[in-house]
Amino acid sequence: MTRYVAGRIAQALVVLWAAYTLTFAILYLLPSDPMQLQLAAAGVQEDSLTPDQVAAMKAEFGLDQSIWTQYWHHLGGALHGDFGISLTQRVPVTEMIGERIGPTLVLSASAAIVALVAGSALAYLATFVRWSLLRILFSRLPAVGASFPQFFVALFLIQFFSFQLGWFPATGSEGASSLVMPVITISVLASSVLAQVLIKSFDETLRQPYITTARAKGLSRSAVHLRHAFRNAALPAMTILGVIVGVTVTSSIVVETVFTREGVGRLAQEAVLSQDVPVVLAVVTIAASVFVLVNLIVDLIYPLLDPRISHTRGKVRAPAPAPALEGGTL
Amino acid sequence: MSLVDIKGLDVGYVRHRTVRPAVIGLDLSVGEAEVVAIVGESGSGKTTTANAIIGLLPPNGRITAGSAIVDGIETAGAKEKTLRGLRGSVVGLIPQDPMVGLNPTQRVGAQIGEVVKLRGIAGPSVHTEVVEFLDQAGVPDPELRARQYPHELSGGLRQRALIAIALAGRPKLIIADEPTSALDVTVQKRILDHLGGLVREQGISLLIITHDLAVAADRADRVVVMQHGRKTEEGDPRVILSDPREPYTRRLIAAAPRLAHGGRVVARFDVRDEERPEPILTLTKVSKTFPGNDPRRGRRGFNALEDVTVSVPRGQTHALVGESGCGKTTTLRIALGLESATSGSVRLDGTEISGLSWNKLRPLRRKAQLVHQDPFATLDPKFTVGQSVTEPLVSFRVGDRRTRKVRALELLDQVGLPTSYLDRLPQELSGGQRQRVAIARALALQPELIMLDEPVSALDVLVQEQILRLLADLQQALNLSYLFVSHDLAVVAEVAHTVSVMSQGRVVEQGPVAEVFTNPRSPHTRELIDAIPGRLPLGEKVV
Repeated sequence: MTRYVAGRIAQALVVLWAAYTLTFAILYLLPSDPMQLQLAAAGVQEDSLTPDQVAAMKAEFGLDQSIWTQYWHHLGGALHGDFGISLTQRVPVTEMIGERIGPTLVLSASAAIVALVAGSALAYLATFVRWSLLRILFSRLPAVGASFPQFFVALFLIQFFSFQLGWFPATGSEGASSLVMPVITISVLASSVLAQVLIKSFDETLRQPYITTARAKGLSRSAVHLRHAFRNAALPAMTILGVIVGVTVTSSIVVETVFTREGVGRLAQEAVLSQDVPVVLAVVTIAASVFVLVNLIVDLIYPLLDPRISHTRGKVRAPAPAPALEGGTL
Repeated sequence: MSLVDIKGLDVGYVRHRTVRPAVIGLDLSVGEAEVVAIVGESGSGKTTTANAIIGLLPPNGRITAGSAIVDGIETAGAKEKTLRGLRGSVVGLIPQDPMVGLNPTQRVGAQIGEVVKLRGIAGPSVHTEVVEFLDQAGVPDPELRARQYPHELSGGLRQRALIAIALAGRPKLIIADEPTSALDVTVQKRILDHLGGLVREQGISLLIITHDLAVAADRADRVVVMQHGRKTEEGDPRVILSDPREPYTRRLIAAAPRLAHGGRVVARFDVRDEERPEPILTLTKVSKTFPGNDPRRGRRGFNALEDVTVSVPRGQTHALVGESGCGKTTTLRIALGLESATSGSVRLDGTEISGLSWNKLRPLRRKAQLVHQDPFATLDPKFTVGQSVTEPLVSFRVGDRRTRKVRALELLDQVGLPTSYLDRLPQELSGGQRQRVAIARALALQPELIMLDEPVSALDVLVQEQILRLLADLQQALNLSYLFVSHDLAVVAEVAHTVSVMSQGRVVEQGPVAEVFTNPRSPHTRELIDAIPGRLPLGEKVV
C-alpha cells in the first residue's frame, strides 16, 4: 500500500514536471521577443536604447543565457515557489498570483461543489422518476447544458438576473452575491458533464443482477437506488472528477473576464494577450497542479470505495478474473 | 388452498408497440411445503413465470391476461407497493448467477442484514441472525464470511450467501432460478441437496427453474415442462421420466446425457482394447507455480500444477475433468502456449513448444485452436459472423478477399449455420449459434487440434446435445483431435475417448473413459460421478 501511494505521488510529480516543461518549451519557442514586449509595455522604442542598456536589461531577466540555463533557472525557481518577474508589470509573479488566487479558489471550489451536488442529483432523478416524460426531460437536460457556450450562459444570466430583475450584481468580486452567477455559469457545464457520465453509469448498474437480488429482498425503490445502485454507479464516474475540477479552474478564465472579477483567470487572460511569459507559465503550472492533485486524491480514495481493488506489490490489481460460469470449490 | 395459484396467465414483452407473448395460458400451482420444478429450454417462458410470481418482470413485461395469486394476494396488475410486500417476506429469490448476484461494494453480512431489518428487527440481534442464516445456508465460518466482500468468496459460497439472503426474509416460497447451473457439478449437488434439506426442514415451498430435467427429477415432487410459453406436460418426475407423453419431453430426456441411458453413465467410445494412435499433443511432467501475491492463497507461491502428464491421441478426444481450481484451465493454457510452464515439456505435433518465443510459436498456432466456454463473450460484438470467422485467415495472410469469403461460407456450412448468417452480428444469434460461429472460427486455419474449454456448459441441454453431435461429426470428417476441458462427467462420457481426472493441480486418474468411469479408483473420480444429477436409480429421490 505504501508503495502504491509513493508510486502515485511520483507519477503525479512527473506529470507536473512534464506540464511545466511543455509549457516552457511552447512559450519560449514562440516567435516573439520578450525584450520587445517589455519595452512596448513600458512605451519605450527599442531604437532609443543603447546596446549597453539592452544588454543590461537582457542580463536582468536572464535572457542572455542559453535556453537550457534559462530553463534550469526557472525550474529551480518554480520549485521554490518563485516564478520570476512579470515582463509587463515588473512585479514578482508569485506576488501577483498570491493577490488574486483567493477569489479564484473560492469561485472554483464553490462551482465544483455545486456541480457535484447538482450533477449527482440530476442523474439520480433521471434514473429514479417513473413518469417517463420527466425521465426523458431529466436525461436530456445534461446534453443541453453541456452544449451552451459559457460566455453565452454568463451573458444570459447577466441580462436576466442583473439587468431585468436586479437580483445579483453583473460585475465585481465583492461579497457572496457577486459569486452566485459566476458559480452557476461554471457549474452548468461541469454538472452536465458529470450527469451525463453518471446517468449512463446508473443505467448500466440498474441492469446488473445484484439489483434484481436487492429488489427481490423487498427493499423500496429508493433503498435499492441509494444503497445498491448509487455507489456502484458512482465508481466509474469518479475517474472524471479530475476533469470536472479542471473545468471549473479553466472556466474561471472566461467567467472572470465576462463578470470582470479579480482573479487568476483574468490574470491569465491578460498575460496571454500581452505575452507575459512568466505569468502564463505560472498560471498553467498552478492549473496543472490542481488537476494532478485532484486525480491523485481520486486515485488514493478509489480503493476505499471499491473493495475489489487492492494494492499489492505496488500494482493496482483488479479482482482475479472471475471464472465466468464456473463456481469455485467450497 | 395452495400458496401459488396461477390460472390462464398470459405474460408478454412490449417491443415496438406490439406485445410478444412469453407465457401463454399457464395454469400452475405450488402447494405449501411442496417442491415444484419448471423445466424448459431458454425462451420457454420459465423465468418469465418466476418473475411474474415475485413481481419482478422487466419494465417492458406485462401480464396481459389471467391471474397469479400468491399467498392470497393477486399479483396480476398489482401496485408496486403490494408486490413489495410479497417480495422477500413471502417469496424469496435465489438468482441464477452467483458471480454477479451480490452487490460488489457491500459486505456480505450487510446484504443479509438488510433483509433481516425489513422484518423489523434492529440492534445487535440483526448480526446474530445474519450469522445464523449464513450458518443455515451451510457457510463455514459465518462470522468471517459476514465481514467479507463478495469477491473474496468462491462461487459456491456466494450462492450460499444468496440462499441466506432468501432465507433471511423467512419466506413461504423460495424461487430458485437455475440456481446452480453456473457452478461445478460437485458444488451444484452439495448446494441443491442442502437447499432441498432446508426447505423440507422449515416447511418452505420451493420452485426450481431449470433447463436440466435431471436436476429437476432428482429433487421435485412435481415437474412442469414448458415449451414456447406453454405448459406441455406436468406430473410426478418418476412418471415423466419413465413414461413421457409429449415428444418434447422425450427430446429433453434424450438430450440429457445422464438420463438417456436410464440414469447410468455410459461411455460412447470404448478404447480399452484398442491401440492408441500417436499423440498429437504431449505434456510431460508439467509444473506451474504462480508467485504468491494473492491474499486468498497465502503468501507462498501457489502451485497450480504439479507433474502433469497428459497426451492427446491423434484423431481422438482427451478430456480433462475436475472441479474448478483443479488446474485444468491452466493445463489448457500451457498446452496452447499462452502460459509458460515452470518446468516440464510440451510437444505439439513433434515440436517442443515450451520456452519458444512468441514469434517462433506463432506459426504453430495454426495447428492448435481454441474454443471458449462462454459463447456470449468470445465473439467481438462489433464483428459480423463473416469477419469473426475469417479473422484467423486475415491474420495469417491466407488467401484474398474472395477466397476468404468462399472459405467462410464453407465453414458456416460445416458447422450447420445458414450462409445468410455471414453478415449477422453476435447479438442476433442464440448461444448455440454463437458457439457454432466460435467453432467455425477455430476451424478456419484447418488445425489438427482444437482445445475446447467447457464448450457446452453455458448452453441448454438441447443445444448442448446439438453442439456435442457437431463436434463428433467434425472430428470424424476432418480427423480432428480434441483436448476437452469439462467439469461435467456426463458430457465427457459422450465425447471423449480418454480422460485425465485432476484435483489440486495433479492428475489423480487417467485412462480410457470406459475404464475410468466404470471402475473409478480415485475418490475424486467417484465424487464427480456421484455428483451427476439423474444418476440415481429411478424412483429414489434425494432428500
